[in-house]
Amino acid sequence: MNAPIMQATAQAIPGIIAPVPRQGKASTARMPDPKQKNIKLQDLLFRSVTRTFAFLVLAVLLAIIGSLVYGSLPAMRKFGFGFLTSAEWNPVTEQFGALVPIVGTIATSAIALLIGIPISFGIALFLTELSPSWLKRPLGTAIELLAAIPSIIYGMWGLFVLAPLFADYVQPWLIHTVGAAPVIGALFKGPPQGIGVLTAGFVLAIMVIPFIASVMRDVFDVVPPVLKESAYGLGCTTWEVVWNIVLPHTKVGVIGGIMLGLGRALGETMAVTFLIGNAHQLTTSILAPGNSIASALANEFTEAVGDFYTSALIELGLILFVITFIVLALAKLLLLQLAKGEGRRT
Amino acid sequence: MTTRYSRRLFVNRFNLVMSLITMAFGLTFLLWILLTLLQAGFHAFSTDLFTQMTPPPGSKGGLLNAIAGSVLMATMGTLIGTPIGILAGIYLAEFGSRGWLAPVTRFINDILLSAPSIVIGLFIYEAYVFRVGHFSAWAGAFALALIVIPVVIRTTENMLKLVPDSLREAAAALGTPQWKMILKVTLRSVRAGVITGILLAVARISGETAPLLFTALNNQFWTSNLDAPMANLPVVIFQFAMSPYSDWQQLAWAGALLITMAVLLLNILARTVFRQPRTR
Repeated sequence: MNAPIMQATAQAIPGIIAPVPRQGKASTARMPDPKQKNIKLQDLLFRSVTRTFAFLVLAVLLAIIGSLVYGSLPAMRKFGFGFLTSAEWNPVTEQFGALVPIVGTIATSAIALLIGIPISFGIALFLTELSPSWLKRPLGTAIELLAAIPSIIYGMWGLFVLAPLFADYVQPWLIHTVGAAPVIGALFKGPPQGIGVLTAGFVLAIMVIPFIASVMRDVFDVVPPVLKESAYGLGCTTWEVVWNIVLPHTKVGVIGGIMLGLGRALGETMAVTFLIGNAHQLTTSILAPGNSIASALANEFTEAVGDFYTSALIELGLILFVITFIVLALAKLLLLQLAKGEGRRT
Repeated sequence: MTTRYSRRLFVNRFNLVMSLITMAFGLTFLLWILLTLLQAGFHAFSTDLFTQMTPPPGSKGGLLNAIAGSVLMATMGTLIGTPIGILAGIYLAEFGSRGWLAPVTRFINDILLSAPSIVIGLFIYEAYVFRVGHFSAWAGAFALALIVIPVVIRTTENMLKLVPDSLREAAAALGTPQWKMILKVTLRSVRAGVITGILLAVARISGETAPLLFTALNNQFWTSNLDAPMANLPVVIFQFAMSPYSDWQQLAWAGALLITMAVLLLNILARTVFRQPRTR
């Protein structure tokens, strides 16, 4: 080995250390390279720094939960579990219950999924099976851009453009047709006000479509072509291939995508705040104004006076965080399971 | 036999047409929202927007303080969040093959990525604003940074995992220290992808309203004091759009147009200019 030359190279190229020629253990023991030791230290330092920041993510999560629990302690002590089932919301007498916002949150998200899932499925189907390949990218990007539009823009647009249309056309029509039906008619009662649970849910549907559709598209794309080709070979139509082969094959991923959309819908704040009407009332009609957890927070938090009012709102935030955490964790677990299966197959 | 066959064909055709209609549905709403914004926003557009402060109702004004506040807080949030996100992403991609920390962090990070942003605002309020006793631009920047971090971690990790191991081995064979190998070889080779992630994070926080409501609040006047409430576009839009005054609503539309254009531009920039060639 030409050690001097390598040493010279090492000096010429800073940072690159010539490997020390080793002849047995004796030489390394006799000549411990101080530079080598230095590098070990630098690497250890770098590694621990990155590790610290990775740990920071966990710390943030724990801090969020911790601070929300701490903030809601007064309300928890005063109202106990009754907080979850009481529909009362009275800042004057300081009586608070979370039932109305919880119901509103679930109702708007359910409407969003009811409308959003079939449409997302159609879009994913179009992007994977029908679209000519030169259109796939631009159309996919356009759908993803729907997710980029800030939620406050959806809220404004919904309030000034969509709500009047709902009040003039959609809601009167619903009241006259479905509203007259025996059982589900109760859902469509009341004056057409434009804003309300249904309008908020509809705008939420548009907002979750890009999330669900892009997950569906991605999982549809990884279905092995040979599966689809064999079905086509048996004479299946495109729809039969998608419905009987692609969808059962990817159901875990599809459900994961839906849960992801649900997680988004539950926590969506500004669009709902504009559209839901912010009324603390419990009605069966989805045309009536209601309230959701996020919109109650956005509207009332900065104006809340008194410990119990603030604390009750923070407890609402805690409930919201716990619900979305569970939903998103389930979504993530399902998608992870899918990825694992993918690895086993290939 | 033929009836069954024709029924299958009909079902197929019907559903494919429905699929086409859903696609049109999605695109319609994108275009509808953009057209509404362009129409209403341009109507209210003037040079006053960039030179005047937010007015009291009934008088003329612009959005200068809100624009400046938004840019400032988004910049601070990005500057705080990006280094943290990149370093944590490096840990997940380069050192994350062993131990419990990496998988747990990855899992939590993906949840924080879609966690409701209003809860982030609530957290910063509890942890910072409440202790300090007043709303401030710093609090707004911290809240935005907490939204930036998961986005940057995700993209950094994804991008680093695309780097072929042969590149790492080549660097290691030259005796390069690991930290230098990561920063100067692997991270540099996916620079474009990481920048894309940062741009997307900036796009996301530019329109975020909910976390700023309880942190930066709003301010009708110009301020350069980071320790005081600061005006910002999203909260101003919220306040003005919900108000009954038509001149405030006009300004809200103009602000909405500004934000949307900025966000879409950042998104398109991230997708085209800094696009990483897909390697699968």
